[in-house]
Amino acid sequence: MIETAIFLIFALLAVASALVVVLHRNPVYSTMSLVVTLISLAVLFVLLGAPFIAALQILIYTGAIVVLFLFVVMLLNIGREEISQQRGLVQKGLAGLGGLVFLGVVAAALWGLYGTTQVGPLTEEFVSLRGLATQLFADYLLTFELVGLLLLVAVIAATVLAGRLSKASQVSVEDAEEGLPGPAGGPGPVYTEPPDQVTPPEGVR
Amino acid sequence: MEMVPVSWYLLLAALLFAIGTVGALTRRNGITIFLSIELMLNSVNLTLVAYSRMLGDQTGQVLVFFVLAVAAAEAAVGLALFIAIYRHRRTIDLNRMNLLRW
Repeated sequence: MIETAIFLIFALLAVASALVVVLHRNPVYSTMSLVVTLISLAVLFVLLGAPFIAALQILIYTGAIVVLFLFVVMLLNIGREEISQQRGLVQKGLAGLGGLVFLGVVAAALWGLYGTTQVGPLTEEFVSLRGLATQLFADYLLTFELVGLLLLVAVIAATVLAGRLSKASQVSVEDAEEGLPGPAGGPGPVYTEPPDQVTPPEGVR
Repeated sequence: MEMVPVSWYLLLAALLFAIGTVGALTRRNGITIFLSIELMLNSVNLTLVAYSRMLGDQTGQVLVFFVLAVAAAEAAVGLALFIAIYRHRRTIDLNRMNLLRW
């Protein structure tokens, strides 16, 4: 009984805050509302007998990823969205219709498949961290290592993409001056005027 | 003691996924589209955990672990891309990024 009450409260909270995420015009409010969704889902994870996943959800998602989002939103100083254009209405209608159709099909399929099937009580073995760790570090060890590699690549990519452009171009110019011989064979400077800043080509701006 | 049927969790996950999909399709702001994608990833996590509970198998939780890591990588690279784009264009309105659009 109390489990049903907790489920209903946090399910409603998750759906309401998810709607705010999608509908609010200010990205800061959307991001903060996503935090509410994520914490509600963490509560549902606990109800489903996955306390470790719930802890990960709060630590990684709300603790790291959402903070990253907030940093970028505030760094870029993104204000409210402008009024949507004319053809946005058709697109929004189609997207809403598609979402409703998707939801109806999935709901009908789920109801036909499971209905109100009850599951057995939680077992000690299912909740235990030992079983999870055994699977993660024995059965899925290769995947685990690959995920580590993926995160390394992501860190490098983020550093390269968000790093300062002018510094990168300066370094490459210095390398060119040191390494390459001059056009006449002598060690003359290749670039007499290193550009201070890389300017985007015309028409991009 | 009566438990909550697992299909309720699956329905909730489907609802959240639909909300995220509609958001990703209709919004113009890059950040909000990313938030919608995070919403979709989380609804998939809820589905995985619910099935893991139903089948009594912890593999679903291991998959959630990997989904979390991929979501973190995606957020880091995507937000770095937005910073790079913002530096050039002074906007992240996706309607204005139409250089490659026919």
